[in-house]
Formats: sequence, C-alpha cells, structure tokens
Amino acid sequence: MSRVQIAFQDNDESRYIVAAIEQDNATAVVHYEPAMIRVENEGSLIIKRDTVSEQIGMEWDVQALHINLITLTGHIDEDDDYFKIMWNN
Amino acid sequence: MSPKKLNLKDKYKLLTRDLDWEFSYEDRKEAFPYEEFEGIKITDWDKWEDPFRLTMESYWKYQAEKEKKLYAIYDAFAQNNGQTNVTDARYVNALKLFLTGVSPGEHAAHLGFAFTGRQMGGIGARVAAQMQSIDELRHIQTQIHAMSHYNKFFDGFDEFNHMHDRLWYLSVPKSFFEDARTAGPFEFMIAIGFSFEYVLTNLLFVPFMSGAAYNGDMATVTFGFSAQSDEARHMTLGLEIIKFLLEQHEDNLPIVQKWLDKWLWRGYRLLTLVAMMMDYMLPQKVMSWQEAWELYFEDAGGALFKDLERYGIKMPDYTDTIKQEKEHLSHQAWWIFYQYTHAAAFHTWTPSAEEMDWLSEKYPDTFDKYYRPRWELAAEMEAKGERFYTTGLPQLCQTCQIPMAFTEMSDPTQVVYRESIYNDERFHFCSDPCKSIFDNEPEKYVNAWLPVHQILQGNCGGGGLDKVIEYYHLEDGVANLDFEGSPDAERWKDWKGVA
Repeated sequence: MSRVQIAFQDNDESRYIVAAIEQDNATAVVHYEPAMIRVENEGSLIIKRDTVSEQIGMEWDVQALHINLITLTGHIDEDDDYFKIMWNN
Repeated sequence: MSPKKLNLKDKYKLLTRDLDWEFSYEDRKEAFPYEEFEGIKITDWDKWEDPFRLTMESYWKYQAEKEKKLYAIYDAFAQNNGQTNVTDARYVNALKLFLTGVSPGEHAAHLGFAFTGRQMGGIGARVAAQMQSIDELRHIQTQIHAMSHYNKFFDGFDEFNHMHDRLWYLSVPKSFFEDARTAGPFEFMIAIGFSFEYVLTNLLFVPFMSGAAYNGDMATVTFGFSAQSDEARHMTLGLEIIKFLLEQHEDNLPIVQKWLDKWLWRGYRLLTLVAMMMDYMLPQKVMSWQEAWELYFEDAGGALFKDLERYGIKMPDYTDTIKQEKEHLSHQAWWIFYQYTHAAAFHTWTPSAEEMDWLSEKYPDTFDKYYRPRWELAAEMEAKGERFYTTGLPQLCQTCQIPMAFTEMSDPTQVVYRESIYNDERFHFCSDPCKSIFDNEPEKYVNAWLPVHQILQGNCGGGGLDKVIEYYHLEDGVANLDFEGSPDAERWKDWKGVA
C-alpha cells in the first residue's frame, strides 16, 4: 500500500480536524512542521463531518476543508458527510 | 416547511453540468476547434468525474474567506514592520527570485487555463479550468501585494515585470510557460495541470513556504499556503484529466506518455531555482532539497505512478538521472548565480562555515568532495579582494534555457554537452531529455528567445555588459552583486544597530 498524505495550516481550526483524523484513522501519523501539520496514512485517510463537528463544537461543513488545506495526495471521494483520499495500490 | 436541501452530488450536477447546452444550430466542432488537432480522442465527456464537487457559489464563498484571512495577516505584517523580523536580510533575496521568476508564471497559468477553460468540450472540465484560471489570477495578485511591502525596504522588486521579459535566468520560467501555452489544450493540461501542479508544485509551495515561516516571514508563508489550498484543487483536476484521457481511448496513451516525459523533465529543470532557494537562500533551513525531493516526488509521485500503471503509463526513463542529480543540483545552480550575480536582480554570497557544515551533513556523498572546496576558494578569493566573476556569457540549453552547467552524473566534474543538427544548424543541450524534447519538436524550439544569443546579436541594449544591465533596468551596485556591501545589507545593519 502507498501512503496518502494531507497537510493543513497550523491553526486553531486545523487542530480539531487533525484530532478528528486521529480519532477515525488509527494508524495515521501526524507531523508538526513549521506553520503546517502534515498527516500520513497507509492506503487511505478519512475525514468525517460528524467527528470534526464534535471536536470543533459546532456544525462543520466538509467543504470548509478548503480554507486551511495546504496539499494532499491520492484520489478524492467527497460527499456531504465525509472526505476521503486513497490510492488504489 | 422549507424544501429539502440538495445533497452535494445533486447540487454539483445542477449547478455545473446543467450549465451546458446542446449545439442545435452551430457546428459543435467549430465551437471547439482545438479539441481534435492534438490527436486526442474523446468519446464521452459525461464520463468526466469531478472529485471536488465545488460549485461556483461555494467557490466564491470559500475563496472570499481565504482572502480575508490572508489580507488580515498582510496588514498585521506591515503594521508591525514584519520585514525587520526576518531571520536575516539575505533571506529576502529568495523573495526577489520568487516575485521575478515565479509570480509571472501564475499570470501565464491564468491565461493558459482561461484558454483551456474555453476550449475543452466537456462542461465539468471547463468549469474546473475556469476556477483554476481565476485562482491563478488571485495568486499573482496576492503575491504582488505581499511583496509590495518588501519593495518599500529592499532593492530588486520594483521592476519585476520588466525583468521577467528580459533577464537571462528569468527566460527559464518564462519560456517554460510559453512552451505550455503554445501547445494545444490537452497538452497544456498535462503540462501544467498534471505534471506541474500535481507532481511538482508541492516542492515549490510546501517546504519552501514552511521555510519562509521558519525565517520569520509570515506574509510569504501565508500567501504560499493560501495559494496552495487552491493548488490541492488544481492537483485533483490534473489527476482527473490524465485518468480521463487514458480511459477515453487507448490511442491517447502514447500521446499522454510523451507529454508526461516532456513536462516532468521541463518542470524538474525549472525547479532548479527552488533547489537553490532551499539549500542556499534560506538562512534557517527546514529541509534540504534532496529531502524535499524524496518526500514529495519519490514518495508521493511514486505512489501516483504506481496507480497510473494500470493504464500503461510508465515513470519516465530519466528518473534515475534525477535521483542522482538531487545531490548536486542546488550546489551547481547557486554557483551559476554566484558567477553571474553582476547581471542578476538579487544578491549572492558564499555559504558560511555553519551553512557549509549543514550542507555536508545533508549531502554527505557530494558536498565535501565536489562543492565545499569551490566555496572555500571563492571565499578566500573574496577575502583577498579578488571576488571571482565570469565575464563571458554562458552557453544556454536550447530547450530549458539554463546555462550549460549541469554535470555528468558518472563524472560530476564534467559538464554535460549534447547537441543536435537541425536544418544545418547546431543546437546545444544541457541533458539527454532536453535534447530529446528538442528532437521531437525542433520547429518549435529553434524559435527560442535565448538571452545570450539576443545579447550577442545586440538586441539587449547593445554593446557591453553595462548596456545590458541598463536594458534590464538594473542599477549597478544596487540590486545586483553580493549581499555584503549592498544597500540592502547597509539598511539591515542600520535597523539592527550593528556597525
């Protein structure tokens, strides 16, 4: 399996998104780099609306991801309640 | 009762796909005249899948939010004299190179995506390309705004647009984008949308911008990351276009592979500037060029190519050369600029003892053996008042336009010379891939505006170097030459209260 990765600006919104990722992706590895947070996982990585909403304490729209997103790798699957990246190998 | 809210997929379908119309009284082929001439076969545009289901409405909403955040930081940076808080004024030279070399490329990409956003027959692809075109315009604007603050305090920013069309090293990015923009819409999409955006821009915007943050430059890191958040969408468009073309018709495979081979190399050569910025121009280093290359190209790009194998796509066969060059690239590039800094719009310097130790640690197989002795000699000559400059003009590669200074990887002391004869004329190349790109389309590359040829033909101000510098709008002794002794350095010492 190849690793997928996603990176966010290191700020007060991303911190909850990253916490939600860690909750929903047991094997995810989080790297704190200057001004950014980079998360890697084997094969795929999912961000769930409900988990982020719970972490952040309010309704969170999956597309609000765009605001703090820096980069990602992999194919994307996006819907109302989740955002997923994956490799098919 | 309020009507049920549409889900993302339905909303996207209605607000994007449904914007298209049938051609009832006009010939569709005449409406999209560029769709077939590259040999690409499209059987069904409806198969186009948009992974980011962003409608124009959401696009404006989120872009506006990004802009607000960005400009709040610009304001704070300016109000707090952020320029005095960068680690070292040498750092600002990386920004000069960025504004003169990279930002105009954003504008070129804006024009290119406006063209493809008009010319592709499928509505999904057209909408995505149009959004990207608007993004690219936003990028050059936010970059100019961020740099306008530095322009008040440092030399070398003010004539960036004039310089982009004239300076010898700026013809490298300029000709790269012109090459892409003079191709058809699908080649442009593979060139910029896939090869550059998907495979390579991470190297420009992620580790370098993280480095900007590390060097106290909040304005730059913010525009960098704000731009890169659009980039994530662009990367997805790039990946979608390549999958789409390969799934549409098997005849597309050899065409796409040839474009990939060409554009990954063109993009990699262009990133030489970034390699040098990371290893030599950031006073506080985040990661070496080699480490960035391994993480963002070998690792991430490797996974990508493994996924594309199912379509018959192969990693270009020069990837081994790139793998070897990663230990040499930045050192060879900085040496080019060190020799020719009298004709450049930013300052150079020899790396300090501490910086050389970092380079030895990051490049254990090459730095001490090939490059440290050269820098030590340069520093020694400088100390004796014999600063080394090359006064002749370098031979340029006909394809990438970089001075011919890259070496054979089997013998890193021997410069690579490749050549081709076309219409009884001899053309020179820095590498095998640059030669084969030329050999595939010689009629295009013989038209290259090579700065050195133009200088020798008297088209750059005429006569001697002094005239050329004037033509560049460089004031001798201000924005050019070494950092030490420059007006930038003097102002910096003054702010910092150093004698």
